[in-house]
Amino acid sequence: MQPPGPACPVCPGLVASHLRLPQAEGLLSKYLLTLYVTGTSPRTQTAIDNLNRICTEELEGRYELKIVDVLENPQRAEDERILATPTLIKELPPPLRRVIGDLSDKDKVLLGLEVRPRPNNKPPASPEAS
Amino acid sequence: MTSTNRAARSDHRAVEKLPTGISSLDNIAKGGLPKNRTTLISGTAGSGKTVFAVQFLAAGIAKGEKGVFVTFEESANDIRANMRSFGWDLGQWEEEGKLAFVDASPDPLIETVEAGAFDLGALLARVENAVRKVQATRVSVDSLGAVFSQFSDQTMVRGELFRIASALKAMGVTAVLTAERTEDHGPVARFGVEEFIADNVLILRNVLEDETRRRTIEILKFRGCDHQKGEYPFTIVPNGGVIVIPLSAMQLSMKSSSVRISSGNKDLDEMCGGGFFRDSVTLVSGATGTGKTLTVTQFLQGGAAAGEKCLLLAFEESRDQLVRNATGWGFDFEKMERDGMLRMVCDYPDLSGLEDWLITIQQIIRDFKPQRVALDSLSALENAGTLKAFREFVIGLTSFLKHEEITGMFTATTGSLMGGDSITESNISTLTDSIVLLRYVEMFGEMKRGLTVLKMRGSAHDKAIREFTIGKGGMQMGRAFRNVTGILGGAPMHVSPGDVERVWAQYDKAIDRRRPETIPGT
Repeated sequence: MQPPGPACPVCPGLVASHLRLPQAEGLLSKYLLTLYVTGTSPRTQTAIDNLNRICTEELEGRYELKIVDVLENPQRAEDERILATPTLIKELPPPLRRVIGDLSDKDKVLLGLEVRPRPNNKPPASPEAS
Repeated sequence: MTSTNRAARSDHRAVEKLPTGISSLDNIAKGGLPKNRTTLISGTAGSGKTVFAVQFLAAGIAKGEKGVFVTFEESANDIRANMRSFGWDLGQWEEEGKLAFVDASPDPLIETVEAGAFDLGALLARVENAVRKVQATRVSVDSLGAVFSQFSDQTMVRGELFRIASALKAMGVTAVLTAERTEDHGPVARFGVEEFIADNVLILRNVLEDETRRRTIEILKFRGCDHQKGEYPFTIVPNGGVIVIPLSAMQLSMKSSSVRISSGNKDLDEMCGGGFFRDSVTLVSGATGTGKTLTVTQFLQGGAAAGEKCLLLAFEESRDQLVRNATGWGFDFEKMERDGMLRMVCDYPDLSGLEDWLITIQQIIRDFKPQRVALDSLSALENAGTLKAFREFVIGLTSFLKHEEITGMFTATTGSLMGGDSITESNISTLTDSIVLLRYVEMFGEMKRGLTVLKMRGSAHDKAIREFTIGKGGMQMGRAFRNVTGILGGAPMHVSPGDVERVWAQYDKAIDRRRPETIPGT
């Protein structure tokens, strides 16, 4: 698939617009996440809860989350070529990454999003200390 | 099947059929695919599943029925490009709102990680959205197996595909879902997809047999409705797509004419009881050099003289050779060509498969609209496919000629010079209406040529084996070989005239008592 718009000079296959935001210094590490779900099923709720928890724990203060219901907005799913729900798309920072599932496996979510550990934190692969 | 009878017998209404518009498929499917249901199209790699799936929509669009194409394997762009050679401009149909793609093909640029349980709800939403958007009545999904390779949880995929199939049914669309199989004769499909869409199963095969590929289509089952059984050959042609060659369906509608036409030779006409029947097919069989091409040339000349357009399909000789031969016998093929009475198609039989030849020949006939068609020789085509494909070719061509009310003449070459039978002859003799045998006869150290009308469906004919000579003006019929036996067997034997007369006198007595005016068809 050829994405619409001019190609990004850095990331082959991606649209230039995905580089638009991180101009400002403070935004460089900002995570822009979109979660695609179907309706208000229990699985949708699980995914939202899981994602909120992971973001709070790992990305506090440096993420922006949007939730799209594909039943209400099927054209969005078509444009993004999404098959599975829930699907989490990390639009920023590049590269574009997708994680599918109810996000119950936190390690895989972090791996999939390529979330770098916070400077003063332990590596993401290690189990959570509670 | 009469729907009224079924309805009267049962409370449920008979399953309606949706005429697909695919050439001849509706014939073997007895009306079309079951309406508002899903049909599984299963086949090995390269069996024509994608072409079929696209053609199902293309045929619908031609009739004003809109369609949605869901692709799991090739990207929408690839399909748009690949289908252009069939004359289907998918991009234009999309612009006109007649077709919508749901591109669910894997995107190599998108890396996906699975983290927890999921379903294919987004896919279902997209399919439903596309169907609503163009108000589609036909949906093609190509191919189910490719979904399984995109996700690790096969049980989930199976369940989700079932959900999508049910949703398609609920939306009232007629759907075609393709699936792979690993063998041409084996399990219906991989991944057990037939377990959830088993109402209607259609199988495409592409079998390698004797070093030639043979495509067949088989309706395995149509739950609740009728269809033709068995494998039917089909071919895929540019600007046409899948063309099924119906063997039995065409024969049912054949008419039979009692109008006689000239074979181009007065004597042969007499032997045939007044000439060949219009829309009959004659097989001329003989060893090389016995006069088969001459018989064909006369047949064409006779047609042109009677103001009938003639088509010659020559697989053994070039155009120049044919013209030279004809000139030698005193016939001017080039003038006939100039007058538009004759068209010669000379080609190597091996250039394409027999199914393709059949389609090509049908196309030429539709374009040129001849009243006479001669094919010289069938034996040359024998090696272009398997024996079965060859037989189907002859059945297909014969029924097509009859359907178009064309008089046909095929030639077959016998293997041995003196007689015996040929593979061609033994395989197709029952399919043709008349058989003319040409044989060499050795008599007193000299080769003579003999001709007999072996079979003439629906007419009395001369039973004698007559001697003939070839010269300017063609064939000159002579006397019957009365005192020779064993000509057809290839071992002529001289019998003394006294014996012959005695035997014939006894026969004549018997025959006189019950001589029928016409001999019923053999």
